[in-house]
Amino acid sequence: MMAGIAALFCQEIRVINLGLEVFAQELQRLGVPVIHVAWSPPAGGDPRKAALLAALADEEEE
Amino acid sequence: MSGETIRTLVKKSAYQDSVVLLALARELRTGRGVLEAAALMGTPANKELLAQSGLLTREAETAGANDLAIVIRADSMAAAELAVSQAEAFFTSKQQRLCRAGHSLPRTLDGARRHFPGANLVVVSVPGPFAASEARKALSAGLHVMLFSDNVVVEDEVSLKRLATKRGLLLMGPDCGTAILNGVPLGFANAVPRGRVGLVAASGTGLQQVACLLAARGEGISQAIGVGARDMTEKVGGLMTLQALDALGADPATELIIVIGKPPSPSVRKQVQVRLRAISKPGVLALLGREVREEQEGELRTVATMEDAAEAALAALHGVPWAPRPFGAPREEIHRRVLAIQQTLAPQQRGVRGLYAGGTLAHEATLVLESLLGAVATNLIPGSTGHHRVLDLGADEFTVGRPHPMLDSTLRVEAIRLAAREPQVAVLLLDVVLGYGAAPDPAGDIAPALEAARADARAEGRDLAIVASVIGTPGDPQGIESQTARLEAAGAWLLPSNAQAVRAAACIAGGDPIMRLLFEPMEATER
Repeated sequence: MMAGIAALFCQEIRVINLGLEVFAQELQRLGVPVIHVAWSPPAGGDPRKAALLAALADEEEE
Repeated sequence: MSGETIRTLVKKSAYQDSVVLLALARELRTGRGVLEAAALMGTPANKELLAQSGLLTREAETAGANDLAIVIRADSMAAAELAVSQAEAFFTSKQQRLCRAGHSLPRTLDGARRHFPGANLVVVSVPGPFAASEARKALSAGLHVMLFSDNVVVEDEVSLKRLATKRGLLLMGPDCGTAILNGVPLGFANAVPRGRVGLVAASGTGLQQVACLLAARGEGISQAIGVGARDMTEKVGGLMTLQALDALGADPATELIIVIGKPPSPSVRKQVQVRLRAISKPGVLALLGREVREEQEGELRTVATMEDAAEAALAALHGVPWAPRPFGAPREEIHRRVLAIQQTLAPQQRGVRGLYAGGTLAHEATLVLESLLGAVATNLIPGSTGHHRVLDLGADEFTVGRPHPMLDSTLRVEAIRLAAREPQVAVLLLDVVLGYGAAPDPAGDIAPALEAARADARAEGRDLAIVASVIGTPGDPQGIESQTARLEAAGAWLLPSNAQAVRAAACIAGGDPIMRLLFEPMEATER
């Protein structure tokens, strides 16, 4: 079960950054491989609608 | 002749995070002729803020939650127009910085995975209500997650951590914005060397304080895992703490483990202790609470402050005996400094005001202050009352709709101004947290307010003591030397750790009895 984390400790950290851009910029400056996502709130920024959409997506996956 | 004017720019579907918007508004305010500038997403709460500052124009009112509203009040139409073009230029240059070789940025996690198939970790710092769903997608795709966002409900945290545990993945956070994996700083973290100490922390600034103190003594970090502020509570059951302990136990680079946080629930404490014993590496427990007493049990040391955690770890690694000390400097030196400061204060000045950016540093300050001076009123403990006060300005009640005080000093500057007006206040006690992700010049942001506070106090025939600690390293982007110099120029007495800063503040406010309380037990042991 530990394979995932133990494996991560031996790998290069490669980051997807979702949210504050400053974190992607800092990592970029340090030479850490990173991709920033131009994220915007789903469902027009309505948290309640977004939660409903996410629940539907989860059901589809199951 | 030109007159005062308001100009509004609404960019439809142009979501920007709070830190970007803070930087933009700051830049616009420096423009010639600009009297006020706001750059906010058009959420109902933000429109309320615009209305309060008289900037809710008709155009701004039409902005939706995903639309960006920029409102500029200037002394002439030309100045307002110039600011608008400056805002446009800001976004063009920003876009260019983050795009790689002409590619546009992906708009979703799935898109990012297609662009970057080798990714192994997702940092999620989107607003709280949207964060859990993004973290779940990342875990389902087999990616480790650092959940920086706060305001994530505990039920989501538990279900995410269960999923992570099932899949053997890390789910770091929420409400703990720091980690260092394989030497890579994530969220708010400092430039520290790689080394042999593993950290498991339910506290971001606690992790930063311990890592920086170790670095100052030449010791580095193997891995630092921020497990989330609530991880060791009964509800979450230490899911990530135990996972992290197992990982560090098996990690050949980790020779000693420090666990940092608040007192866990009894069942979690027991599991943590059992796990640490099974690992058979020396361990230090810095789970700061009222009942915590310094003790050693086999290879497991319990300590009462973050500095003690670093010091006890160093002693264990070097195989030398250790006992806690109140200050790094000798008693005479501390005594001299305290006396010199006390001479500038009026007799009624006996109160300490802790104005903190770091939550765990505020918690530690409350505990140390309480043990020396008695009751402390703090927003960390609802309903608490006392002569002395500690404010955690990063608490949820202060950060809704605005960036954390480690990014934006506005709130702290205001708190400094208010505290300085209270004639009974003797000491302003502060933390200044440096590192990646933090504000570019935190000392420069608060130093003018500290200078003004002292000037105001002097105008009323008293003075004000300023006691602080800087959490940082020479390698941090802000540079600890220049930050330290700026604070000292503003008259601050800087101590090497938060715990020492709190004790110094207590000595100033409480006088000789506190000095004796701190030094005599140690001197008795040494005799």
